[in-house]
Amino acid sequence: MSVEPFEITIPDRTLADLRERLAYARFDPDGGAASDWSAGVSPRYLRDLVEYWRTSYDWRRREAALNDLPQFRARLRTSFGASNVHFIHVRGRGERPLPLVLTHGFPDSFLRFAKLIPLLTDPQAHGGAAEDAFDVVVPSLPGYAFSDRWQGQGGIFHVGDLWHRLMTELGYRAYGAHGGDWGSTVTEQLGRSHADAVVGIHMTDVPFWHAFQPPHDATPAEARYLADNQQFIVREGAYAAIQGTRPQTLADSLNDSPAGLCAWLVEKFQRWSDCGDFVERRFSKDELLDNVMLYWVTETIASSFDPYFDLTHAGALRWIAEKAKEVAGSSKVPAGFTLFPKDLSHPPEEWAHRFYNVKRWREMSRGGHFAALEEPELLAAELRTFFRPLRPPGRASASA
Amino acid sequence: MGRRGGEAFRIHVSDGALADLRMRLERTRWTTAGTGTHWSAGTDPQYLRALVDHWRLGFDWRAREAELNALDHRKADVGGARLHFVHVRGGGIPLLLLHGWPDSFFRFHKVLEPLAAAFDLVIPSLPGFAFTGHVRRPSAEPPNRFNARLIWRLMTEVLGYPRFAIAGGDGGSVIAQILAMEHPEAVFGLHLTDIGWHALAADPATGSRAERKFLQAARKQQMADGAYALVQMAQPRTLAAALADSPVGLASWIVDRFHAWSDCGGDLDRSFSKDDLLTNIMIYWVTETIGSSVGSYHAEARAPSLTTADRVEVPVAMALFPKEPGGIPPRSLAERTLNVQRWTEMPRGGHFGALEQPALYAQDVLEFFRPLQGESRRAAPEARGEAAMSGRAGDVG
Repeated sequence: MSVEPFEITIPDRTLADLRERLAYARFDPDGGAASDWSAGVSPRYLRDLVEYWRTSYDWRRREAALNDLPQFRARLRTSFGASNVHFIHVRGRGERPLPLVLTHGFPDSFLRFAKLIPLLTDPQAHGGAAEDAFDVVVPSLPGYAFSDRWQGQGGIFHVGDLWHRLMTELGYRAYGAHGGDWGSTVTEQLGRSHADAVVGIHMTDVPFWHAFQPPHDATPAEARYLADNQQFIVREGAYAAIQGTRPQTLADSLNDSPAGLCAWLVEKFQRWSDCGDFVERRFSKDELLDNVMLYWVTETIASSFDPYFDLTHAGALRWIAEKAKEVAGSSKVPAGFTLFPKDLSHPPEEWAHRFYNVKRWREMSRGGHFAALEEPELLAAELRTFFRPLRPPGRASASA
Repeated sequence: MGRRGGEAFRIHVSDGALADLRMRLERTRWTTAGTGTHWSAGTDPQYLRALVDHWRLGFDWRAREAELNALDHRKADVGGARLHFVHVRGGGIPLLLLHGWPDSFFRFHKVLEPLAAAFDLVIPSLPGFAFTGHVRRPSAEPPNRFNARLIWRLMTEVLGYPRFAIAGGDGGSVIAQILAMEHPEAVFGLHLTDIGWHALAADPATGSRAERKFLQAARKQQMADGAYALVQMAQPRTLAAALADSPVGLASWIVDRFHAWSDCGGDLDRSFSKDDLLTNIMIYWVTETIGSSVGSYHAEARAPSLTTADRVEVPVAMALFPKEPGGIPPRSLAERTLNVQRWTEMPRGGHFGALEQPALYAQDVLEFFRPLQGESRRAAPEARGEAAMSGRAGDVG
């Protein structure tokens, strides 16, 4: 493995091109100045945000702030070939920081964890105890931001192997894992495939694909959950359906229109967060645009759809059919769940017991799908508590 | 109410709009293709590049615009909307031709000549489409009910046709059925290329084996390739934000449907010239109507215009092309909601029958309505007068 320090430096011409595209953005006249979000993005909000993007958003200042996070690119070999993985690596301040790999999802990025990282690496400075410190590794999923695209179907189910490789190469023999959205799928895979190294897995959701094989003995609460899932697919699942079946068709416009890309991503932050319909109650314009920029400047919207396409097509579905049953009851790695009320699904605890060795289950009173950004303190406290009894007694973290 | 017959209209796209388009096309940020290519993950990247090359270098909008302007384009104020329509006075009975999505009045350009030999043709741009443009709809009313009301007023009040025939497909099939149900005395008959999406909601359990098989296959097809409609129903404004800003993205979104729904055997060039595809795409681009056209999916999903309980009693001809998405339904399924008098299974062609197989399509329309030729003296064109106003026109508005 080779690990190189990495800094984000977007060429001036990319920024100049973006500025011009924003200046000549053609807004759909049908929505007019409507401010509601009932038929997708609010036309008025989109215009305001694009105007802010063009006139007030200062990428160079934001880029410098992002580069305060120590970033690297590692060239990793796995049975699926070599791949460059971009990651943040921040060492904890404390006696024996526990290594922890955090995995993001769609439509976010490594930025999902920007607010959580200091709370985890330096708990003492944030109302916690030094012995709860973590060494934090935040990789960008293959095909996201500055990680290579991974050409191979069913890829999302093998990202765990890539992460284990990364953690091993960084000198971590025992570590924890956390994630949400695609990140929970990756986290679960880590726990199952690398149980010798993974001391515990913590997730903010139960990966949705477990519901593809409904049990015959569902409890009433589980039956309600499965029915709610169906409702979600009907009401909110269009984005996943198009990203899974015709990703190229959609990406052709989103990679060409910054306003369109912004609409596609920001709509999810509005719908999936605990923002009471006002997205800026949870995210500033700068935060929303930082995330949009990571997709725009890297031209990764098309590759960010890969997990959806993979899951919809042969490799992953066969994998689920053949392997999902092995999952049930087989995972001995301790699992913790922190669920947030405005997240996309609300499984009952017994559902998780079917697939995991559940040691902690907590339902929060506020927060949504992007809990690490919305409620970093709540999530940090949960991670500290869950992993406290799982920390190896000896020295867990070898210096790389 | 607008002036009788509407006012003359010519298509003219400004030089500035064409220069802006050229600039956008030249600056296209192409995606890199993933593992799924050659249409398996969406529009084939190689085809799209070839199409856009032709758009930039070969396609001559001014020439196409001149060809379109050889037709008699009209606009008329109807119920607060300003409807665009093409009027071809062939001298026979009036025939209303209704397009759908993602096509336009251009769907029928290849059949105008053969059909004009027997009909007076009226080809409106549906509300939200092309040169009719955005139309403010009463929010609670099912959109195709509203569309049908406007088109009824166009035919009766503006054009003075007391009775007329209708042919159409896709959304046009739905509007045709509504007109036939609401004005059975005025509609001679319907010639349709599909039974309407509402009819696919029939309960498979109550049907024959063939119906069950077809409905299940249709549902499977919707799962495999119906995501475009889900997006247009759930978040049309989000989608439109991108398609209104990116001509390449708009072209990709539209040609993916032409590829999936036509009898092109995987090769779009076999079924449609690039000039024809681009003319249709241009009609969306220059009128900025992709948002209003997909917005009707959102409204239909909340307030469906038709259900499986609705039934058309006027005579109906079904012209069924084999590559219609979902395939050819069993006749018994069509008969649940339609008074089917003629059933033609075409040897080739797909969803855009009038564009793909214009000769087969026109022939079938002519044969179905031939027995009505005697009606022509009563119906048109000399009937265009105050006396011809339908007594039911006052029902609307």
